[in-house]
Amino acid sequence: MANYSTNEFKAGLKIMLDGEPCNVLENEYVKPGKGQAFNRVKIRKLISGKVLEKTFKSGDSVEGADVMDTELTYLYNDGEFYHFMNNETFEQIAADEKAVGESVKWLVENDSCTITLWNGSPIVVTPPNFVELEITETDPGLKGDTAGTGGKPATLITGAVVRVPLFVQTGEVIRVDTRSGEYVSRAQK
Amino acid sequence: MNSSVNWRPTATIQTLQKRAQINAQIREFFAQRKVLEVETPALAHASVTDINLHGFSTQFNSPLKPEPDNLFLQTSPEFAMKRLLCAGSGSIFQLCKSFRNEEAGKQHNPEFTMLEWYRVGFNLSQLIDEVDELLQKILKTEPLERLSYQQAFLTYCDIDPLACTLEELKRKASDLGFANIADNESVKDVLLQLLCSQVVEPEIGRTRPVALIDFPASQAALARIKQQDPRVAERFEIYYKGLELANGYYELRDVNEQLSRFEKDRQVRQQNGLSNIALDKYFMAAMENGLPDCSGVALGVDRLVMLACGVQNIEKVMSFSIDNA
Repeated sequence: MANYSTNEFKAGLKIMLDGEPCNVLENEYVKPGKGQAFNRVKIRKLISGKVLEKTFKSGDSVEGADVMDTELTYLYNDGEFYHFMNNETFEQIAADEKAVGESVKWLVENDSCTITLWNGSPIVVTPPNFVELEITETDPGLKGDTAGTGGKPATLITGAVVRVPLFVQTGEVIRVDTRSGEYVSRAQK
Repeated sequence: MNSSVNWRPTATIQTLQKRAQINAQIREFFAQRKVLEVETPALAHASVTDINLHGFSTQFNSPLKPEPDNLFLQTSPEFAMKRLLCAGSGSIFQLCKSFRNEEAGKQHNPEFTMLEWYRVGFNLSQLIDEVDELLQKILKTEPLERLSYQQAFLTYCDIDPLACTLEELKRKASDLGFANIADNESVKDVLLQLLCSQVVEPEIGRTRPVALIDFPASQAALARIKQQDPRVAERFEIYYKGLELANGYYELRDVNEQLSRFEKDRQVRQQNGLSNIALDKYFMAAMENGLPDCSGVALGVDRLVMLACGVQNIEKVMSFSIDNA
């Protein structure tokens, strides 16, 4: 990979740090009136997800990371790996539990997910912003409930638990925002 | 025409009114003290040897000479103002644009406004008092606090900047999360500047301005070495609410000492592959003639306006920042 100097750091650039691929979020120039200039860079470590600030001497360079995002369709889980397919080439890729992480609770078969590849291997699986999932268990709601009472917990088919309005029942399919984990609406039939 | 072009000012008109008011207050402050306002060239034949400053250069095609002249936009009006002092101007101040290449960000714009003034017969402490009076007038601040560079490092970094070795400083910087820089660094001052800007600065001057005094002699720049303690220089910086606001010296008068510092800068420039900067012959000749006993300070006016308006980004106090200048 090419090396990148601090003046090439911009949001979205992928660099290697402490052996881990990272995404640059922000790059701030810091300089004493008399003295060495520095760049204070906010980065997200892509594997651990940790966000941290790192300071570099202005003009220093670091190795770029071979990271790319690709849109793949989720197929199935074989008990150990999660299988995804490229709809154009039909090429399949298997992601392990570590790469899928918390996203496992939003994986719906045939949904299109963003898979982040590092040196060709999946390291992060990002579900679509909205998914539709069936409720497998929730307390029967009180009749005549109106909005604004705080709702109740509902367990979805993937095991995820979200708060839903009292009128939503077991067996219904609901739309959830995967970024916040919040109920959006009943799914359109 | 292109309607997507952002032609609008980066500051609000209200901020520009505040800025004009501050300029007027500054002029009033110096008029009351009978300090003469001067103007010196922004374009000159020489630049500075400081290894961390980068001047813009351009060419002057004279209608009366076949060869062009190389000229530099001034990184500060210091040399020209000192030439006026050498010529007997007495105390002087200037509000002017200064230009520094390779600087841009939330607190930097390559073209910025500097307030620089020199007080003949003032020692450093008297000048710090005068900076304090100006800040109280414009920002309504409480009296500033004096803090030595050494004490600041002992308090916030638990290391003595004047006594520590390079190895101790590298270890400290690594412990504080800067291993990527410390591992490859062989210059003590770079690490001190790192810790000062990243660890000390965010902690000091939160409620009232701080004058950081007694900088290490190795960072004297154009200040005298302190007679009572040669480990430190007669130099201060003002910090307030996360901004480095001003930098001042009890001015070096010894022309031989001045020459040797410039030559040292030039050597480092050569070692580091930086551009070769010739000495300013006019400045050196004036210094040979004799600089009066004086103290001087440069204050960033844009940052002063940022503090007065409570904004975090320098572009918000400029009519047009470098992005749409």
